[in-house]
Amino acid sequence: MAPAIELEGITKRFPGVVANDNVNLVVERGEIHAICGENGAGKSTLMKILYGMQPPDEGTMRVNGQVVDFSSPIDAIDKGIGMVHQHFMLADQLTVLENVILGAEPTHGGGRINFAEAENHLRSVADDYGLKIDVHEMVETLEVGERQRVEIIKVLYRGAEILILDEPTAVLVPQEVEALFENMRELRANGATILFIDHKLDEVLEIADSITVLRHGKTVATLPNEGVTAHELAELMVGSELPTPATAESTVTDTVALAIRDLTVHEDGRVALESVSLSIHKGEILGIAGVEGNGQGELVDAIIGTGDIRNGSIELHGEDITRWDVRARREAGIGYVPEDRHHEGLLLTSPLWENAALGHQTEAPYGSRWFIDRAGARKQTEAIREAFDVRTPSIDVSAHALSGGNQQKLIIGRELTANPSLLVAAHPTRGIDVGAQAAVWDQMRQARADGLATLLISADLDELIGLSDTIVVMLRGRLVARLSPDDVTPRDLGAYMTGAALQDMTTDGSAA
Amino acid sequence: MRRIAFSLAAPVGAFVLTVIISTIALWIFGSDPFEAYGDMLGHARKLETQVDILNRATPFYLSAVAAAIGFRMNLFNIGVEGQYLIAFLIAAQVGGLISLPTVLHILIIMIVAMITGALYAGIAGVLKTTRGVNEVVSTIMLNAIAVGGLIAWLQREWQAPLGEQFSSSDLGTNPIDDSGLMPTINGLLEIFTREVGQGKELTGMLLIAVLVGIGYHVLLNRTRFGFDLRASGINPFAARAGGVPPKRMVVAAMMLSGAVAGLIGIVELADRGKFPPDPIQGLGFAGIAVALLGRNHPGGMVFSALLFAFLDVSSGVLDTTGVASREIATIMQGIVLLTAVVAYGVASRVKERDEARTAAEALAAGASTSTETVGASA
Repeated sequence: MAPAIELEGITKRFPGVVANDNVNLVVERGEIHAICGENGAGKSTLMKILYGMQPPDEGTMRVNGQVVDFSSPIDAIDKGIGMVHQHFMLADQLTVLENVILGAEPTHGGGRINFAEAENHLRSVADDYGLKIDVHEMVETLEVGERQRVEIIKVLYRGAEILILDEPTAVLVPQEVEALFENMRELRANGATILFIDHKLDEVLEIADSITVLRHGKTVATLPNEGVTAHELAELMVGSELPTPATAESTVTDTVALAIRDLTVHEDGRVALESVSLSIHKGEILGIAGVEGNGQGELVDAIIGTGDIRNGSIELHGEDITRWDVRARREAGIGYVPEDRHHEGLLLTSPLWENAALGHQTEAPYGSRWFIDRAGARKQTEAIREAFDVRTPSIDVSAHALSGGNQQKLIIGRELTANPSLLVAAHPTRGIDVGAQAAVWDQMRQARADGLATLLISADLDELIGLSDTIVVMLRGRLVARLSPDDVTPRDLGAYMTGAALQDMTTDGSAA
Repeated sequence: MRRIAFSLAAPVGAFVLTVIISTIALWIFGSDPFEAYGDMLGHARKLETQVDILNRATPFYLSAVAAAIGFRMNLFNIGVEGQYLIAFLIAAQVGGLISLPTVLHILIIMIVAMITGALYAGIAGVLKTTRGVNEVVSTIMLNAIAVGGLIAWLQREWQAPLGEQFSSSDLGTNPIDDSGLMPTINGLLEIFTREVGQGKELTGMLLIAVLVGIGYHVLLNRTRFGFDLRASGINPFAARAGGVPPKRMVVAAMMLSGAVAGLIGIVELADRGKFPPDPIQGLGFAGIAVALLGRNHPGGMVFSALLFAFLDVSSGVLDTTGVASREIATIMQGIVLLTAVVAYGVASRVKERDEARTAAEALAAGASTSTETVGASA
């Protein structure tokens, strides 16, 4: 029997980059095949080619032994290939059934939707593949894991037998990942072929039948999932020895840098943060764990000065800054690495040296009361480029020309060289490659050793456990647990993050 | 070299396209396009026409700078029109009531005009920051209030006393003493050329416009305020996280824009000595077009102001020679604007891609050596 998918010599070039370089891939029918690789290794491009979103420059694709040439996803769907994107494309205000049939509605003729037929079809698909879902539930009431299941059913409903899942576990907490894997096994048992992207290696080893590793756009190896270890896989991905986030001995002092008491913050009229108290000492990294949207963003906003603070106080080095504006706070020594560097971190169309000045334009060497010091700013940017290994042909190129990792290094660099006394770092290594990640970790550790107090928010639980001196867990706008990174596993954290485990928290979170 | 090529490609392309389209338009309407262009260019070679062009370009440029200040932070101040007219009227009235030594008199009039423009524009800024009213809506409404309401009423209130015999030349506000009128600068021009004939006079406001242009450049590129303003325009969220107070910037930018708008009317005031019953209108809207064409760039707007002024002034000759209709100038202004917007869009995309590629290439060259060393050490 011909393999489900066969790619031969696929090459795809973008201006200045070869995203896929002579990629070969064979996916057998009825297997779960994982594609691993660092950010920028070319995984997503490969999937887009396979799903007809981009044509390859060279190479041939075979689906079930038949040569195909997709010009759009419609062609791919036609051949039985379906894709579940990382970001769900569901209409919140419609039911599961309506979402599934959207764009492929069976009709009575005359344009009237045949809901009975649709429901029968959906139920038979769901039963065939052992997926449980309430078809009349509103999508807005579903948990993330259930939404993902709806997306999978949507694809199956359209007749897909080969599923592409783009980083399906990225948005899930550990318990939901279990459920997803259970579904994937059911799908496989019922004849589906699954191709999925992941870079969490323990997950890959748990579920995949075979694994293909990409590095710098090339296929490094395809291995059966037998006897291979996570460490070996990681080395294949990185091509050299692995960095780890673990910090050395504690540098925590007894001097409190930031003290938050009873903080309540509103967002769009609802309570987003309720009576949160915490403190960070000099030389301490305080990690915040939590599923996204549980108040971390509002906590950050409140500290940097853009939040709608309704109650409570924030003290920086003993001074009450609750009512200060952003500029006053930044001048007082708060550094900020935003969650989304394109949204809050950079002026994409401005040169690097202006980006380096952003947030520090009121202070030497970037500027003074009235003027911008161009020479000083440029010199400082060169220094950042040097010290933080920002790879760029010059400091005059626009920020958008840099890769994500280099943009992030620039942001970390500008914040750390401004000698902050408190760093608010939200997902500092999100979406950057392993090399840049290691560099960022190093810089944060160095700053910590020099007495910097850091508030670290991260969805990467290994990073959180590795870097933090203390971890607190946020759930629905409250702190629900305070843990020591020495004796907590990502699984434990996941339990607290979803509310499956509870810890008795005294009102004063800083007590521990 | 590359950067210069990129910044010139779009306007040159737009201009060529405009000429092609207007040629076709002229040809369709049965005029000889080349004769029409010849007449316009020939006319513009006369010194007197050039003085006219400069006199016209001066308010265009001031108006463009006013609009550009808003544009640089994504504020669409459509209200330059109302701001300059109201500033013109109030400055004329104040100037007509006082008598002072010349330089002081002129300065007071200009300051009054700038303050009036700033305050009137500030209303839109305050509405936006406190009530969330979109500045496009509020400035358009403020235009209507200024032109249709305030000015019509104040014009009557402030009508200078009429003589025994009605004379239309008496209409308007109290005439301002010569001490309050910006002098003409024919003398300065004649240093370089011959004597200007036909009673044409080059406005002294040209020098003020030059100063405004320099000031605009320095403000944007050298001052912290300018940095904050540009940052807010490029990415308001990043600017806010970087300590730029968003509300204060909106009000400040609107007021600054209005202050520059206030100067537009002074050009006509210097010429007529009062607020006339029929002031030139539409300069505020023209400024938006000039700013768009000049990419909000202090130098670029000089060229676009001159181009618009040239088309305005030299098209007049078509009436006398009868080769084509003078409306072709308006058509060309419209076309050049449309083609420029498209051309700039294309150019900036090409430039972005080129920049990404050169950056990637430069790094790829360096990276290949560094990966080798890593491989060797491992």
